[in-house]
Amino acid sequence: MDKVVRMSSEKGVVIFSKSSCCLSYAVQVLFQDLGVHPTIHEIDKDPECRDIEKALMRLGCSTPVPAIFVGGKLIGSTNEVMSLHLSGSLVPLVKPFQANLC
Amino acid sequence: MNSTSTHFVPPRRVGIYEPVHQFGMWGESFKSNIGNGNMNTPSHIIIPANNQKLDNNLSEETSHGTAGTPHMFDQEASTSRNPDKIQRRLAQNREAARKSRLRKKAYVQQLETSRLKLIQLEQELDRARQQGFYVGNGIETNSLGFSETMNPGIAAFEMEYGHWVEEQNRQICELRTVLHGHINDVELCLLVETAMKHYFELFKMKSTAAKADVFFVMSGMWKTSAERFFLWIGGFRPSDLLKVLLPHFDILTDQQILDVCNLRQSCQQAEDALSQGMEKLQHTLADCVAGGQLGGGSYIPQVNSAIDRLEALVSFVNQADHLRHETLQQMYRILTTRQAARGLLALGEYFQRLRALSSSWATRHREPT
Repeated sequence: MDKVVRMSSEKGVVIFSKSSCCLSYAVQVLFQDLGVHPTIHEIDKDPECRDIEKALMRLGCSTPVPAIFVGGKLIGSTNEVMSLHLSGSLVPLVKPFQANLC
Repeated sequence: MNSTSTHFVPPRRVGIYEPVHQFGMWGESFKSNIGNGNMNTPSHIIIPANNQKLDNNLSEETSHGTAGTPHMFDQEASTSRNPDKIQRRLAQNREAARKSRLRKKAYVQQLETSRLKLIQLEQELDRARQQGFYVGNGIETNSLGFSETMNPGIAAFEMEYGHWVEEQNRQICELRTVLHGHINDVELCLLVETAMKHYFELFKMKSTAAKADVFFVMSGMWKTSAERFFLWIGGFRPSDLLKVLLPHFDILTDQQILDVCNLRQSCQQAEDALSQGMEKLQHTLADCVAGGQLGGGSYIPQVNSAIDRLEALVSFVNQADHLRHETLQQMYRILTTRQAARGLLALGEYFQRLRALSSSWATRHREPT
């Protein structure tokens, strides 16, 4: 879906979430902890919510939300983000997108 | 000896027959016989007369087996003195005997009822055991009790968890034995992998149980009380795991130290993120439940959205277990086989001690002060 491709290709960390999804919120908090300001798309507020969900699933997400993209590339859902982080691979991945803390 | 006694004595004259202490016995049987409404003394009761003269007659009579006569005779002898008093006393005896029998009947009925109840309870207990409920034996070695919901998924989980703990204890013993002895790395590696897989098994079990009843898993009711004190989203905190293990590794390479530090930090950050997500879930659920008008009395419209929120709990439990899984996995990656073995032994013993603490605590309460 074009819209999804466009949205996910935005610079930095993009998180597809829903306003009611607290797990998405947890992922958001994690990225913020790492000094990253992710772009959040609350798809339940989008009229094309259903289509977006389907598109995300087709891209390989186990659940439509949260779906995390870094630098246009699909990382996965909460599981993948957590695994990456504990193995120490997440920080290098988001390093170019970390906000300047000076 | 020719004079009859001036005060009432039971028609049976003790002095002639047995010693006094038997009087009570006879008095009892006399009472009960009388109480039966059988005023005609059965033939086996031989009532002696007071009168010596009459004694001779009596013995003649009784030798012929006609007991009725002596009785009537004796009554004649005593009623001539205190007829009313005797009658009254007899009536009192009858009444007392009747009451005694009624009391006995009530007591026996009570016993019977209790007995039936006991049998019923035993049957229920057997049924429950067969269905897989872990029935506590009063001392808290494991705080499993009847699951509130009697949910078959939960019942299965409780049973499986009981087995899991048993297997865990066995593995810990084995690790302890081999680490004190000599074991080659290949075999040790196998043991370590088995131990790791055992933990991963538990997470799988919990995932299934969470689908059956997430509140049950969240509550940690399947763990012992001391373990529950440290509960975080249905299990132990991954960062606690690291805190427990790290002091047991004396020799770590620089790389290992760096890796462990990084792991600690990322573990903590992940935990915080999940904790905050849980808080948000609590807030949104509270808002959902309190939504609309409170005091109006109708909750039906909000229930569905609340239930939707609760579904998210299952994801959180799964995520928390995933975090535990990953933490263990990473430690395994960072450490050598022998270090990992020691670490798993330390971790296993830590939980064993918590369980033992729970038992001691529970027993302590039962001891008299």
